[in-house]
Amino acid sequence: MSLVIGVPKETAVGEKRVATVPEVVEKLIKLGFSVAVQSGAGEAANCGDDAYRAAGAEVVNDAAALWSKADIVFKVRAPSAEEVGLLREGGTLISFIWPAQNPELMQQLAARKATVLAIDSLPRTLSRAQKMDALTSQAGVAGYRAVIEAANAFGRFFNGQITAAGKVPPAKVFIAGAGVAGLAAIGTAAGLGAIVRANDTRAEVADQVVSLGGEFVKVDYEEEGSGGGGYAKVMSEGFQAAQRAMYAQQAKEVDIIITTALIPGKPAPRLITAEMVQSMRPGSVIVDMAAEQGGNCELTVPGEAVVRHGVTIIGYTDLVGRLSKQSSTLYATNLFRLTEELCKTKDGNIDVNMEDEAIRGLTVIKDGAITWPPPAPKQAAAAPAAAKPVAAAPAAKGHGHGASEPMAGSTLAIISVVAAGLFWLIGAYAPASFLGHFTVFVLACFVGYMVIWNVTPSLHTPLMSVTNAISSIIAIGALVQIAPPIEAGAAGRPDELIRWMAVVGIGLTCINMFGGFAVTRRMLAMFRK
Amino acid sequence: MTSSLTTVAYLGATILFILSLGGLSNPETSRRGNLYGIVGMTIAVLATVLGPRVTAAGIPWIVAAMVAGGAIGLYAARAVQMTQMPELVAIMHSLVGLAACLVGFASYVDTSIAFTGAEKTIHEIEIYVGILIGAVTFSGSVIAFGKLSGKIGGKPMLLPGRHWLNLIGLLVVIWYGRQFVMAPSIEAGMPPLIVMTVIALLFGIHMVMAIGGADMPVVVSMLNSYSGWAAAATGFMLSNDLLIVVGALVGSSGAILSYIMCRAMNRNFISVIAGGFGTGGGAPAAASGAQPAGEVSPVSAAETAELLRESKNVIIVPGYGMAVAQAQHTVFEITKHLREKGVNVRFGIHPVAGRMPGHMNVLLAEAKVPYDIVLEMDEINEDFPDTDVAMVIGANDIVNPAAQDDPTSPIAGMPVLEVWKAKTSIVMKRSMASGYAGVDNPLFYKDNNRMLFGDAKKMLDEVLVALKA
Repeated sequence: MSLVIGVPKETAVGEKRVATVPEVVEKLIKLGFSVAVQSGAGEAANCGDDAYRAAGAEVVNDAAALWSKADIVFKVRAPSAEEVGLLREGGTLISFIWPAQNPELMQQLAARKATVLAIDSLPRTLSRAQKMDALTSQAGVAGYRAVIEAANAFGRFFNGQITAAGKVPPAKVFIAGAGVAGLAAIGTAAGLGAIVRANDTRAEVADQVVSLGGEFVKVDYEEEGSGGGGYAKVMSEGFQAAQRAMYAQQAKEVDIIITTALIPGKPAPRLITAEMVQSMRPGSVIVDMAAEQGGNCELTVPGEAVVRHGVTIIGYTDLVGRLSKQSSTLYATNLFRLTEELCKTKDGNIDVNMEDEAIRGLTVIKDGAITWPPPAPKQAAAAPAAAKPVAAAPAAKGHGHGASEPMAGSTLAIISVVAAGLFWLIGAYAPASFLGHFTVFVLACFVGYMVIWNVTPSLHTPLMSVTNAISSIIAIGALVQIAPPIEAGAAGRPDELIRWMAVVGIGLTCINMFGGFAVTRRMLAMFRK
Repeated sequence: MTSSLTTVAYLGATILFILSLGGLSNPETSRRGNLYGIVGMTIAVLATVLGPRVTAAGIPWIVAAMVAGGAIGLYAARAVQMTQMPELVAIMHSLVGLAACLVGFASYVDTSIAFTGAEKTIHEIEIYVGILIGAVTFSGSVIAFGKLSGKIGGKPMLLPGRHWLNLIGLLVVIWYGRQFVMAPSIEAGMPPLIVMTVIALLFGIHMVMAIGGADMPVVVSMLNSYSGWAAAATGFMLSNDLLIVVGALVGSSGAILSYIMCRAMNRNFISVIAGGFGTGGGAPAAASGAQPAGEVSPVSAAETAELLRESKNVIIVPGYGMAVAQAQHTVFEITKHLREKGVNVRFGIHPVAGRMPGHMNVLLAEAKVPYDIVLEMDEINEDFPDTDVAMVIGANDIVNPAAQDDPTSPIAGMPVLEVWKAKTSIVMKRSMASGYAGVDNPLFYKDNNRMLFGDAKKMLDEVLVALKA
């Protein structure tokens, strides 16, 4: 029996997105689900009822009918109290929830014995979870749109041009906060030809800023601003003062400021003061992407574009909705990836596997029990190590460390006893001349042992070919036999026979000697950085 | 040149040889290392030729032999394909082994150096052991050459009771050794010596024949070690310290190299030294073990190019298949193209990939792949979970998850490259045939795995064309 996925029309004012699009409906059906869509759900995102029907979904006219039909509900915004009432007892809901900000909603959902997956609670540091990260996909859309809004309100070109009608300088854009939205904004603004600068309290994003064509502006103060989980944290007073000075400086220089600074669970930091706005050139634009959380700019009016001191301040809270087709498609794909994870058997049933770290993080209510917040995420490095202790153990004994690797005590003892016995035997019976050679032999073995442990595996072939060439030292043996100074009394030495054997020996080893060194040289010449 | 001068020259040569091996420990110094080896060898040969042990009468012979041998060697070094490197090294080992035998016999029939008492016994033991090792090296290397070049099948040939055969052989060798040492004259000593040589030759053949193709890297480095011991034994018989030192260096380095190989394959070092290890014991267990089942998802070259283009992190795992198809240059072209597009392409090399230790590194170096993006298994294994595409080119056993999951598998416990942890893995193969170890590979049936069937070179060329389009 396959489950029904229901997609209602979003009820929040101004919400133009829809939780799934026709292209994704097809994929969901391939996973074994049936899909029901409320009539008109995708209209604002340019997805008509007919398109859904063509993709195989059932179109239901009435919201109540849809909610009662659906086993799993896909939504964008957190449900209203009314919608929670429509949710089937024991049903499953996947949408943005913001459990920290909406404790009452959580209680209501729990009372419905529902299972709720809050797409905003995904553990974002898990690389496996990236495909489901709706916050990232939506923030990317918002960042893009912020630049478009700024360009719309800005009275000049973004790119510098030299035309017959005169020289146009490029616009200077400053982007505060280089999270996903900030990075998307940097890329978009740079793509339009503007000079882009950006700042973030987390120093590690500097490379990302540069990679997108921006310039990273440092705050002249030493403090690390990473607050865990890839988010920023609140900074110290000294840092904030230095940061204000930097923003004031930038405000005087640039034409457009886009602010994206958010700290989870806290009002947005005030970065741009009224004086800074005043110091900007008339005609400049500020896009405040944090308007919903109070705004990064003192003069922002959430949801509106206002002009203050000749500067247009855009505080739209629906930047994502203004690109509803794109954001819906991305969101729908995120939900589809999540569904894939939930339905590994591809039979249209879901399994909310609480052992899975990603799904555990997402699930805020399981069968009516509130499971939020999840236990602290395991360190990413610890997880694979714990999963394969057997494989890790031999791997740890990699190359190059063997010489210093302690041997098992018993093995060492046995080897010592055997070696001591052998040495005693040799010492007791062998003549002095032999002992001299023997000393040299044993020491050479040790030298070889010590030298070879340090060789990198990539050079094993050249090493073998060079040792092979060196082993043609055996030619010395043949050389001394070929025509030694004959002492008197050594008659009967078969000179001819020995000479021929030695000549053949020399010839053979010379093949080896010359060939070995030459081929090693050829190989080594190829190794390059 | 006096005898003292010769000794000092030998000392210098010895130091140069040690520096040579040390220099090869990293790519920066390796070229100088090879040069040290050449200089050391030149000094050693010149010091010997000009030294007191060689009279003027021998010089023409020496020059003639060296010119002939050197010419052949240089020609071979120039003509060999990089993919044939293992064969070349193997056949060269056999030359050292043969030379050791010749020197041993010559030394035995040489009556100009007379010993008495314990010295005579030791000298004769040295000759005996020297010829023994030389003969084993010779015949073993010839067989290894045959296997590597495909003239002899890669499957292990297992005689019934082979361990007993080896043991009997050893006992016979020891018995004849006693006869040989007791022999009153050279004529009486010759038959035991010849019998022993024949047994040693047979032992060398038997040992390498019993080894499966997948274990050839270990065999090659083990024979390398044997050739060193043969030189050391010759040094003892001729009372030449230079030979002893250099032989011991080569011998111990080869032994350590084989030991490293064995550990990489989770094989017991002792059973390698004794010979006759390999895939024999495990095969029946595999048949009774769980066979992986499921469907494989084939992809086309165009789809592969699409996957590669869309990824950020790519790890390429080359295997013997790449060497056979001579695809390393195309691999480099693809790498270059992707890196220009900002894709982070790296190579993961298993210690026993290919037919010789470091085989893949040499091939990639030949194709001008920079060595700092060529990483070892230990360095790269933990990066697979963050990798978008892992591309396996003609490798099988070294990426087999059964080594970790299935304790009954013949390759259980062998460390492998964990390509299946990448978001997508693409395996390039000719067909669904199993690898050298003869084990089916569950990787092929995994959900995130795609198969790209066909000749590696041809398919990679198509991928490259699709990438550039």
